[in-house]
Amino acid sequence: MKYETSCPLSHREIVDTYYLEHRAKLIDIAAFFDRLERAADGTPDKDDFRVTALRDALNLLGDGEGERAKRVLDLLSDPTTEIPQSAAGTKGALGAAPEGSK
Amino acid sequence: MNYIEPHGHMVSRTTDDYERMALAGCVAISEPAFWAGYDRASVKGFFDYFRQLTEYEPARAKKFGIQHFCWICINPKEGDDPGFAREVIEIIPEFLKRPNVLGVGEIGLNKNTKNELLILEEQIDLAVKHNQLILVHTPHLEDKHKGTRIIMDALLSRGDVDPGRVLIDHVEEHTVAEVLDNGFWAGMTLYPETKCTSQRAADIIEMHGTERLWMNSACDWGISDPLAVPKARIELKRRGHSEAVIKTLTYDNPHTFLSQSPNFVLAG
Repeated sequence: MKYETSCPLSHREIVDTYYLEHRAKLIDIAAFFDRLERAADGTPDKDDFRVTALRDALNLLGDGEGERAKRVLDLLSDPTTEIPQSAAGTKGALGAAPEGSK
Repeated sequence: MNYIEPHGHMVSRTTDDYERMALAGCVAISEPAFWAGYDRASVKGFFDYFRQLTEYEPARAKKFGIQHFCWICINPKEGDDPGFAREVIEIIPEFLKRPNVLGVGEIGLNKNTKNELLILEEQIDLAVKHNQLILVHTPHLEDKHKGTRIIMDALLSRGDVDPGRVLIDHVEEHTVAEVLDNGFWAGMTLYPETKCTSQRAADIIEMHGTERLWMNSACDWGISDPLAVPKARIELKRRGHSEAVIKTLTYDNPHTFLSQSPNFVLAG
């Protein structure tokens, strides 16, 4: 079964249902950037690659195009095609493609 | 309404969680073999773990009226050591014969390495040889899109794997379409921080439909919620989705896929 009309809620119902939750998440992001500027060791000359990726993702949200969630995930993905032999003990992921991989 | 939890790591959960899941309507759990949070020191560690999955957990679940099923494999994180992984693969066939085992899983990739891919391919061979279903783990975060494509290539390039007998788990907005378009089943994992939230899972359902799609909690020792599936049902309900759609996603679809294993028979 395919949903041709997508979300069953009206525009107003979506806003009423989710606005406050996402307002809070947005302020959390704002506070995160403020917190970075208050870091004990000051502001570095260059952002951590994850912070850069987050700034890029925020810019994407305002570009007026659709599929924002998919495009944010693509932006935060490793774009390389090389397959290394081993992870050399690394187990975890960082949430954004490391610098130099794009 | 009854539901099936198609992916839960109950060895990491308390007995209270079984009780809460039963109260929420859970009638069956399928538990893939996975990483314990540390690398096992020997094959004996896996032997004990596979016994836990096939002997102890079914008995623990039964106390709450829940049927427990499982999957056997060496996970991708420990698959990066091919020599050790092959020793584990040698003991898998004897466990595939056990009555609550549904297939080989969750196999896949973690950091998208050649070593992991080698062990993935050898376990696909094992599943084909023993006519088993396959449950696939896709990598986390930035590694997911690349890894999902490599995994699908490994499965499809052989020509002897029926995508309808493979569930590719942990899909998100950037991978779900490719997985479904290639004929595989897709699982959405409901995590508070990584993977999908209930809201995003509902969005994906609205955009991609209900066919060959399920939701799971993948509850384990990390930040996760064993009641994520019933909570997602509430999310779908508050959006106005019908009881029939909710049942399709949380009971019928897992039942249909898992019933391809002769061992998946629900009581009553």
